[in-house]
Amino acid sequence: MDMASTPPLLSVRGLRIEFGTDQGPARAVDDLSFDLDAGEVLGIVGESGSGKSVTALSIMGLLPTPPGRVTAGEILFEGEDLLRKSRNDMRKLRGNEISMIFQEPMTSLNPVFTIGDQLTEAVRWHERVSMATARDRAIEMLGKVGIPSPERRLADYPHQLSGGMRQRVMIAMALSCSPKLLLADEPTTALDVTIQAQILDLLRALQEEFRMAVIIITHNLGVVAEFADRVLVMYAGRTVEQASVEGVFDRPSHPYTEGLLASIPDLEADVLRLTAIPGTLPNPHELPPGCRFQPRCGYAREECTAASPPLLAVSPDHFAACIRHNGYRLDGAAAAMAVPGAR
Amino acid sequence: MTTAVDVAGQVDLRKRSFLQRYPMVRRLLRHKAFVVGAGLFLVISLVAIFADLIAPSDPSRMAVRFRFRPPSAEHWFGTDNLGRSQLSRIVYGARLSLGIGLAVVIMNAVFGVALGAASGYFKRLDNILMRVTDALMAFPPVLLALGIAAALGPSSLTAAIALAAVYIPRTARIVRASVLVVREMEFVQAAMAMGAGNFRILRKHVLPNCLAPLIVQLTFVFAFAVVTEATLSFLGLGSPPPTPTWGNMIAEGRQYIRDAAWITLIPGIALALTVLSLNLLGDGLRDVLDPRLKIAQD
Repeated sequence: MDMASTPPLLSVRGLRIEFGTDQGPARAVDDLSFDLDAGEVLGIVGESGSGKSVTALSIMGLLPTPPGRVTAGEILFEGEDLLRKSRNDMRKLRGNEISMIFQEPMTSLNPVFTIGDQLTEAVRWHERVSMATARDRAIEMLGKVGIPSPERRLADYPHQLSGGMRQRVMIAMALSCSPKLLLADEPTTALDVTIQAQILDLLRALQEEFRMAVIIITHNLGVVAEFADRVLVMYAGRTVEQASVEGVFDRPSHPYTEGLLASIPDLEADVLRLTAIPGTLPNPHELPPGCRFQPRCGYAREECTAASPPLLAVSPDHFAACIRHNGYRLDGAAAAMAVPGAR
Repeated sequence: MTTAVDVAGQVDLRKRSFLQRYPMVRRLLRHKAFVVGAGLFLVISLVAIFADLIAPSDPSRMAVRFRFRPPSAEHWFGTDNLGRSQLSRIVYGARLSLGIGLAVVIMNAVFGVALGAASGYFKRLDNILMRVTDALMAFPPVLLALGIAAALGPSSLTAAIALAAVYIPRTARIVRASVLVVREMEFVQAAMAMGAGNFRILRKHVLPNCLAPLIVQLTFVFAFAVVTEATLSFLGLGSPPPTPTWGNMIAEGRQYIRDAAWITLIPGIALALTVLSLNLLGDGLRDVLDPRLKIAQD
């Protein structure tokens, strides 16, 4: 990572996403900032409703509007703000420069067309190539994602393939135009554990082959440990911790991350009760005062209710939104400036 | 090696029989009601298409000597009050009935799909379009068709337009409902993520997955159109006499129903058989195409 010299491939700054509801706007994502270099793998971890999928959709320009709306911030891709791009420009970018794969491989392919049809179509949306060239590319991509005898599979309909195979086809489709950035929204959640491992290995291999940046969104810390270079932990729409994979797993610095790691059952020991973080994610309409995790936090003190803590540097490349490491003081937060775009 | 496998794969595909490649067709052929309905409808269609060859005489040629002849070997369906051959009139009437039915179905397929797709896919249009269809659907179908036909003046064309106007909102409703379901499916989002535009998504990903209910709806529209067209011409708002339509024939024979019942009975039977065949066909298609009913049966 040569952070100083080249600008990041993707830079999200102060992103705020709101959803209009009957009780007024609910903030799904609040002041989210992160950078992603070319060829880097970022894992975004958080529980359901923490804002991770919405973040991915807003990068794709596919946020369902209404009710969703980006109300602040910018998403810079190669220096250009995606939020300011026209619909048509965004459409050209999607599938070409930025691709996405989804959670549900069983329903992500159109049941009435063959996979060959869908793969060649995806190529021809973005490149003026002949049917034969597109077909060759489709065969090549199917081979790359480890589908045996790809020529014959082209004539298959989605229902003739298993879930793992369909996810491979989805990956082939997403990568057919060699995107610079791949967003993988829980790509393995709907699959069997053995297939999960295969798909992750495949993604890792393809990421190295294509030298593309990947944002992998998951609630599975195991997936992150296996795949990601850097981790961003989200809680209730905010970043609570951001560090390298080693940093997060060896020295979790936010109580939420600590809780998540403690929730992983120990394979060696006999466990009668699984450890869990008490409480649930706060309702976006009734956020607690100060730190959003404070009501569930074992370390919480009165100071925690005063203000929402910014990301504070724990070490030069490790940030956590927790004032415990700062002696429960909000001031002296100058270190936070080390995170580009953070307050 | 690549081409060898490729060619082998293609040959393999061709070797499979038509029925193996299209299991849907096989399921349809196993459906008894569908086969009966489709067969009957095919016969009626052939009669309508080859009316010139089948009709023994000009449907409007009057032969006063042969008035009120009951069905016999010479006059299969008898003759009417003006001595016209009922067989010829039935056969030409079939052409008109099916022609109008087909025109209504085509108009429904074009405008119903366009309106339904637009309001299901583009949320901004939904409210406006659906309030218009609500307004049209508030009228009883026959009454609305009568009103439109009366306003435009009696002819086959106005009958077809009136019937289309009555059924297009209903078709649009059904298409809209399917589009609302399909547009939320993941493969639509996946297509968006691949950079497909709205119209391509509608044409390629949404509408093909809405076809099943549409096809079923159109067969019922066809049946309703045939009946309602007969109603309009019975009331004198369809094609005016002496055009042979089933509705006209029933209307003209009405006063002789005590003494020469065949004049009304035969067009009535023709009408009933046509509607029956379409309903059987539609039921069969629905059973085979609608996955929810299929699960209930298995």
